Amino acid sequence: MNSRVVLRYAGLAAILVYCLAPFYWMLASAFRRPSDQFSLSPIPNPVSATNFTAVFGTDVGFGRALLNSLVVAGIATVLTLLIGLSAAYAMARLRFRFKNAVAALIIATSMFPGISLVVPLLKLFTDIDWINTYQAMIVPSMSFALPLAVWNLNAFFRQMPGELEEAAMIDGCTRLQAFRRIILPLAAPGVFTTAIITFITAWNEFIIALSMVNDKTMQTATVAISRFTGAYGFDQPFGTQMAAGVIVTVPLVVLVLVFQRRIITGLTAGGVK
Amino acid sequence: MTTPARRGGRAAGEAGRLAALLLSPTFIVLGLVVGYPLVAALRESLYRSGQTVDADGFVVQGDQFVGVDNYTGMFSGPAAARFWNAFGNTTFFTVTTVAAEVVIGVAMALVMHQALRWRGLVRASILVPWAIPTAVSAILWQWIFQADGVANALIGNQILWTTEGWHAKFAVMIADVWKTAPFVGLLVLAGLQVIPRDVYEAARVDGASPARQFWSITLPLVRPVLVVAVLFRVLDSLRMFDLPFVLIGNRKESVETLTMLAWDEASNLRFGPAAAYATILFVYIAVVAFVFVKLLGADVIGEARDRGRQARERRPKPLPQAEVVPA
Amino acid sequence: MAQRTTLRLTALASAVLLVTACGSGGSGGSGGTTGGGGGAAPALEGRGEITLATGKDTSNNMQKLSDEWNAAHPNEKVRLVELPDSADGQRQQMIQNAQVKSDAYTVLNMDVVWTAEFAANRWVVELPRDQFDLNNFLKPAVATAEYRDKLYAVPVYSDGGLLYYRKDLLEKAGVQPPKTWDELTSACQKVKALPEAASIGCYGGQFDKYEGLTVNFDESVNSAGGSIVDGSGKPTVDTPQAKAGLDKLVNGFASGQIPQKAITFKEEDGRRAFQAGELLFMRQWPYQWALASKTDGSSQVAGKFDVAPLPGNGSGPGVSSLGGHNFAISAFAKNKATALDFIKFFTSEAAERSNLLATSQAPTRTNLYDDAELNKQFPYLKTLKESILSAKPRPKAVRYGDVTSAIQEAAYAALTKNKDSATALKELQAKLQDLLK
Repeated sequence: MNSRVVLRYAGLAAILVYCLAPFYWMLASAFRRPSDQFSLSPIPNPVSATNFTAVFGTDVGFGRALLNSLVVAGIATVLTLLIGLSAAYAMARLRFRFKNAVAALIIATSMFPGISLVVPLLKLFTDIDWINTYQAMIVPSMSFALPLAVWNLNAFFRQMPGELEEAAMIDGCTRLQAFRRIILPLAAPGVFTTAIITFITAWNEFIIALSMVNDKTMQTATVAISRFTGAYGFDQPFGTQMAAGVIVTVPLVVLVLVFQRRIITGLTAGGVK
Repeated sequence: MTTPARRGGRAAGEAGRLAALLLSPTFIVLGLVVGYPLVAALRESLYRSGQTVDADGFVVQGDQFVGVDNYTGMFSGPAAARFWNAFGNTTFFTVTTVAAEVVIGVAMALVMHQALRWRGLVRASILVPWAIPTAVSAILWQWIFQADGVANALIGNQILWTTEGWHAKFAVMIADVWKTAPFVGLLVLAGLQVIPRDVYEAARVDGASPARQFWSITLPLVRPVLVVAVLFRVLDSLRMFDLPFVLIGNRKESVETLTMLAWDEASNLRFGPAAAYATILFVYIAVVAFVFVKLLGADVIGEARDRGRQARERRPKPLPQAEVVPA
Repeated sequence: MAQRTTLRLTALASAVLLVTACGSGGSGGSGGTTGGGGGAAPALEGRGEITLATGKDTSNNMQKLSDEWNAAHPNEKVRLVELPDSADGQRQQMIQNAQVKSDAYTVLNMDVVWTAEFAANRWVVELPRDQFDLNNFLKPAVATAEYRDKLYAVPVYSDGGLLYYRKDLLEKAGVQPPKTWDELTSACQKVKALPEAASIGCYGGQFDKYEGLTVNFDESVNSAGGSIVDGSGKPTVDTPQAKAGLDKLVNGFASGQIPQKAITFKEEDGRRAFQAGELLFMRQWPYQWALASKTDGSSQVAGKFDVAPLPGNGSGPGVSSLGGHNFAISAFAKNKATALDFIKFFTSEAAERSNLLATSQAPTRTNLYDDAELNKQFPYLKTLKESILSAKPRPKAVRYGDVTSAIQEAAYAALTKNKDSATALKELQAKLQDLLK
C-alpha cells in the first residue's frame, strides 16, 4: 500500500516536471535582464521585470490586445458550447436518417489545412464588411472548435444512461428539462473540458486574427506578440516574447482553475455524486 | 418502457425535425467558415493562374482551367519526390507523436484521477504546455534547441538540431508531444471522472488486480472519449505546420509536411497547385479518419441507438439508477 | 496620456474613413491631380485617409513622422498598419490583400527583392519618376525599386553587408584588416597563435537555409569575380568564379575556419556568437554595430571591433548584396495622390535623417553618408556607403521566391556536403535558366 502511495506521488512529480520544465525556462528567460538574455544559468540573476514592462510599453497596446483576446475567446466559447451542446444532444439522443453522414460532415471540416482557408475567407469577409470586427475572429474560432465539441460532447452524452432521461420525461419533464437536470450534471466534466479546449483554441488562434484585422486596437494578444521586435532591424526580443508568453498563459490557467470550481459545483448542484 | 423514438412514424418525423433544428446552427457556422472556403479551394485546384509573363513584363491575368493537371503535376518529376517525402514525414510525425501522446496523456489522466492532494496544482500545470500559444512555444523550443541552447548544455554535446537529419525530426516530435499530450490527458481525465466509483468497488471485491481493472473496466469505459481525443489529435497532427516551420525552418526536407508544401506553393503564387496539395491532404485525412472510426469506434457516434445500447449492456452498468435523484 | 490620444486618433481616423467611404465625392474622382507631366506613368488620383503597411515600427519613428504628416494634413491622415515581425509574414499579408483586391493597405513598405513580383502582378502602381529627385539617392538602391526600367517604388532604407572584425586581436597579432579572402585566412591563423584567441572561430555569416543564405552565397560568388545573373538577366552560376566563391564557404566549413554551428546561424545567432567573442570576422548588417557596442554587459566586444568592406578576390573589395526597404503604392488603394505625397515626405532629407538617428537604419540619400555630424554618431557610415555603392542586387525575378529557394537549396546542399559544389551549381544553373526565362 505504501509503495502505491510513493508511486502515485512519483507520478505526480513526473507530470509536474514534464509540463513545467520547459515553462520554467520560459519564465527564467522572461525574468532575465535583456543584457543577460543569452545566459544559461538556471536562475535569473539578477531578477528583472524589464521584459514585462516592455510588453506593456505604451506603443504596443498589449493590455488592449489581451482584452480583445478575452472577448473573442470568451464569446466564441459560450457560443460554441451552446451550439455544440444542441448538436451533440441531437446526435446522441435522437433517431434520424443520415446520422452517420452528418457526423462525417461535421468532422470533415476539421480535415482541411487551416492556412488554405485564409484567402477565401478574407475575400468573403471583405465582401461582407467584416474586416476589423470581432465576429471575423469569433466565427472562425467557433468553427475550428465546433467539430471537436460536437463529437466529444456526443461521446459523453452517449455514456449517460438514457433510461433516466426517458423516465424523467415520462414523469412530466420536458426534453429540455430532462436534459438540463439529468444529463448535463452527469456530463459536467466533459462539458467543462470541452469549454477549456474551445477557449484555449480560440485564445491561441493566430492566422485568422492576423489576416482579418488591420486595426491595432482590434488585434489579439497572439497577433501583438508576433509584432514584437527589438529596437533595431533583425534584433529579436526573445525576452519580451517570453514575457508576453507568460502573461498570455498564466491568466488563462488561473481563469480555468477558478471556473473549474464554479462550473463543476454549479453543474453538479443537482447532487448526483 | 418505450422510448419516445420508438413510438412510430410520427414520433420519428418529429425527432428528425428537432434534430434538424438542433443541428442547423452548427452547419451554418461550419458552412460559412469552412464549407465555402473549402469549395473555393477545390475549384481553385482545377485552375492555374499567373504562370506566364507578357512582352511588357506583366503577369498574364486570369484563371486558366487545367483539369487535373495540378494533381498529376505533383506526382511527376522532382515534385513527386518532394511530395512523397512530405507525405512520409506527415505520416511519420502523426504515428509517432500521437502514439506518444496517448501513452503519456492516459498516464497523466490516471495519475491525476487518483490524486487527492495536489490535484488542483497538477491540473493547472498540465494546462500550461497546451495553453502557451503555438507561436510562442515554437520560439521557446527554438531557443532551447539552438546550438548554444539549454538542450545541448544538458546533454553536454553540441547537436545542431535545426539542421537536416533525424535530430530535427526528434526536436519537432519532442516539442509537439510536450504541447499536446495534455490535450489527451484532459479529455481522458474527464472520461474517467464520469465512471462511477462503485464499478471499481465491485471489481475490487471480486479481487481484480489494478492492471486488470485498467484493462477490463477503465479502458473500455473511457474508450469513446479516448477515441475522440485520438481522432482529433490525428486530424491535427496530419495538418502539422507551425511547429516544424518555426522551429526547424521552411523547405527543410527532414521535417517538411504536406501542409508546409501547400503553404510553400501558395507563397510562391502557385495557388492552383497549393489548393491541390491541400485537397490531397484532405482526402488522405478523410481516409485515415474513416478507417480509424471503422476500426476503433464504430459505436462512438452516429450508429443507431440500439447498437449503442447493446454495446453498453455488454459492459458493466455505468450508473446504478437508485442513486440518481431526478430533481 | 499618449496612449489615449493615439486611441482617440485611430477612432477618429476610422470614423473619417467611414465617412469618406460613403460620400467619396470630393475632388478625387475624374479630374485628378495633373502632376507628373512628362512621365508615362498614369496619374495617381484621390486624396484622403491612407494607411502605411509595414513591419514593426521599431523605434516609433514611423509613428512620429506620421504624426508630423497628420498634423500638416488633417484631411489626408495616415494610419500605420503593423504587420508581423518576419519578412515572410509581411509579404504574405500584402499578397493576401492584393489577391482579394482589398484597399486596406495604401502604402506598402516592401523588401527590395519583392519589387519585380509586385510590379509584374500589377499589385503596385508605376510611380512618376520625375517627381522624385532620384539623382540624390544611392544608385543601387534606386535600381531595386525599378522593374523593366519603370519606377514602382522609392527607396527608404538601404542595407549592405559589412565585415566586422576584432580590432583588438588584429592589433595584437600585428595584422591589417584583410582586403581579400586569402588575407582573412592568414590573418586568422596569426590571431589564433595568440594564447587568448586559440579557440576563436575565424569567420561567421548567415548560413541557415533562409534568405540570409542567398545573401551570403551571392556575396561570395560576386566577391570571387563571378555573378548570379549577367547583364541581360541570364543565370551564370555554373562558372569557375562562382565555384570559387562557393568553395570559399564550403572549405571554410570543412577546415573549421567557419565554426560548425554557423550552419544554424541567422542574423541573431551570429550576432550572439560575435558578441560573446567567439568570432574574429563576421559578415553582418550595420544593425549589429549599436548592439555589439552596448556596455551593459551583453556584449563582450564593445569597443573592441571595427568594420571593413567585405573581402574580395584581390582585384578589388568584396561585393555586398543589397538589402533595404522601398515604399510602393498598392494598386487597389484609394487616395493614391495622397500616398504619393506621403512617400515624398517620408523620403525627404529631413525624414531620412531623423530615421537614421532614431533607428540607425541606413538612409538612401547619398549626402547623409557624408554628413560629418552623422558620421560621428555612426562611425561605420563611410564603409557602409562604399559597401552599398559597390553592392549588387539579388536577381530581379517575378518568381523571386522560387529563385531564392533554388539558390538556398544548392548552397545548403554544398555547405552540408550533401552535394559537391560543382554538381550543386550545375543543377542550380539549370533551375535558374528555367525560372529566369
